[in-house]
Amino acid sequence: MAPDDMQTAGSVHRRLFDEAILKIENVELGFGGVKAINDVSFDVNKGEIRAIIGPNGAGKSSMLNVINGFYKPQAGWITFNGQRMQSMEPHFAASSGIARTFQNIALFRGMSTLDNLMTGRLLKMKTNFFAQCFYFGAAKREELENRAFVENIIDFLEIQAIRRIPVGRLPYGLQKRVELGRALAMEPKILLLDEPMAGMNVEEKQDMSRFILDVNEEFGTTIVLIEHDMGVVMDISDRVVVLDYGSKIADGTPDDVRSDQRVIDAYLGATHD
Amino acid sequence: MEFLYALLIQPFAYMALDPLIFIETLIKGLMAGVLYSLVALGFVLIFKASGVFNFAQGTFALFAALTLTGLMERLDFGMPQWLLVIICMALTVGVMIVLAIVVERFVLRPLVNQELIILFMATLGLSYVLEGVGDLTWGSDVKVLDIGLPTGVFDINGVFIEQLDLVAAISAGTMVAVLAVFFNKTRIGRALRAVADDHQAALSVGISLQQIWVIVWSVAGIVALVAGIMWGSKSGVQFSLSLIALKALPVLILGGFTSIPGAIVGGLIIGVGEKLAEVFWYDVHGGAVENWFAYMLALVFLMFRPQGLFGDKIIERV
Repeated sequence: MAPDDMQTAGSVHRRLFDEAILKIENVELGFGGVKAINDVSFDVNKGEIRAIIGPNGAGKSSMLNVINGFYKPQAGWITFNGQRMQSMEPHFAASSGIARTFQNIALFRGMSTLDNLMTGRLLKMKTNFFAQCFYFGAAKREELENRAFVENIIDFLEIQAIRRIPVGRLPYGLQKRVELGRALAMEPKILLLDEPMAGMNVEEKQDMSRFILDVNEEFGTTIVLIEHDMGVVMDISDRVVVLDYGSKIADGTPDDVRSDQRVIDAYLGATHD
Repeated sequence: MEFLYALLIQPFAYMALDPLIFIETLIKGLMAGVLYSLVALGFVLIFKASGVFNFAQGTFALFAALTLTGLMERLDFGMPQWLLVIICMALTVGVMIVLAIVVERFVLRPLVNQELIILFMATLGLSYVLEGVGDLTWGSDVKVLDIGLPTGVFDINGVFIEQLDLVAAISAGTMVAVLAVFFNKTRIGRALRAVADDHQAALSVGISLQQIWVIVWSVAGIVALVAGIMWGSKSGVQFSLSLIALKALPVLILGGFTSIPGAIVGGLIIGVGEKLAEVFWYDVHGGAVENWFAYMLALVFLMFRPQGLFGDKIIERV
């Protein structure tokens, strides 16, 4: 192998994206006296995999909650799809194409895998409920179409065997996969993943990484993920934002970030002398 | 010995000796049970969607029945009765929906994320406010509710069935069937179940909690209206109507707070149980058992099966 090739092999994921789909500008978020996010700005380009990393309590999950409207920032701007606003509304976020998963799995535990995924289609279903009650005409067609869409996702995530099982009974790794499936069922433009691999073993992590890459490549879905496993982050993401104590301390490609002194300090603890 | 005989043997001897009375009592019990179920249903709906035990459900029934009778008195300009009934029913349904919107806006929304006990206390307050508003608007005298339901008695080979009871059973059955389809087949039904399961996840797929709450409280209001009409036609519209809510409590303990079929079966068991106990175990307790039988049954259930017959099993993960 020529030296040049080795150079590129080290950065297979250095792909070029230039159209921002999401832009965070000078966002501030505090709870009482605690500043969770302090003047953070970054952007997410269409089609890329963007990671947010940082030590515990750095404000990563808060950032996702700001993006999908669970939290309302006190200052700053969020631009999604060219629309600039001061805060999001969960319903608006969902209907304009932002889907997410949660750090502590938030599934409808009493419902089957299939029903969980079907809730992701709620916003796509339009027929009135009398038609749905009697299940005729447009309502029937709509239900079948959405069902077919969901079945594709089930095949894609290889969860055919657990279609009918109430998700509360599934093992942890599969629950995480179902949660990803529900988010995918929304046909999102942008997918927010809050620690999709937390608590998984190596094999499960590999599966999940593969699904994330496939989603990104096959559907062109933009992905923002929070992850603690540095190996995974460096492998799959195009660009990385690093937060520490609510402030942004680095932003760039995995290689840039890895060698940044402030990042190393934040993770290993700096010696102050 | 005599006590054991009266408890264990005599009642069954009576039943065998006079099967007609047994069947009649059974049917009476089922009919009464249907009405309990109807009230309990309102509780279950709200409990499922917002996790709140709505103490005001009984008052909802009273308020709905009061509104209906009040409207029928004031709008009686000599139109045919069926037209009057339809207009007033539609108006009352409208009032219950407005009530749901008001409750969501001024009770639930400000208290979002509060402890459940606080929400419970709020519904307690709500029930007093509604009682007051009902009395102020429509007066506090006992009213006769007559929407033209049949009042005669069927005689089937010596078994007497009140027609009103039959109508109540049929409308409750229909109500349950409609709700079952609504919950299982429609988009809103799916959203409702989602909200009942996990608020945060529901928000993330774009379900609006506020909209769902308004829908659930409206449906509970309409269920209360049906319950109010049935009880009101039977025994007049008066304050005691709101106390049937207390009878729904044992029904819920039996059936499980989260189960619609549970509310139905629980109601039937309690209805049948108290009627049979009243008639056949008379020698044991000497009468008036209807007032406490349901609560005793609930206590037994609390000891041996606290989640009820159909409720979600209580499992604590450690």
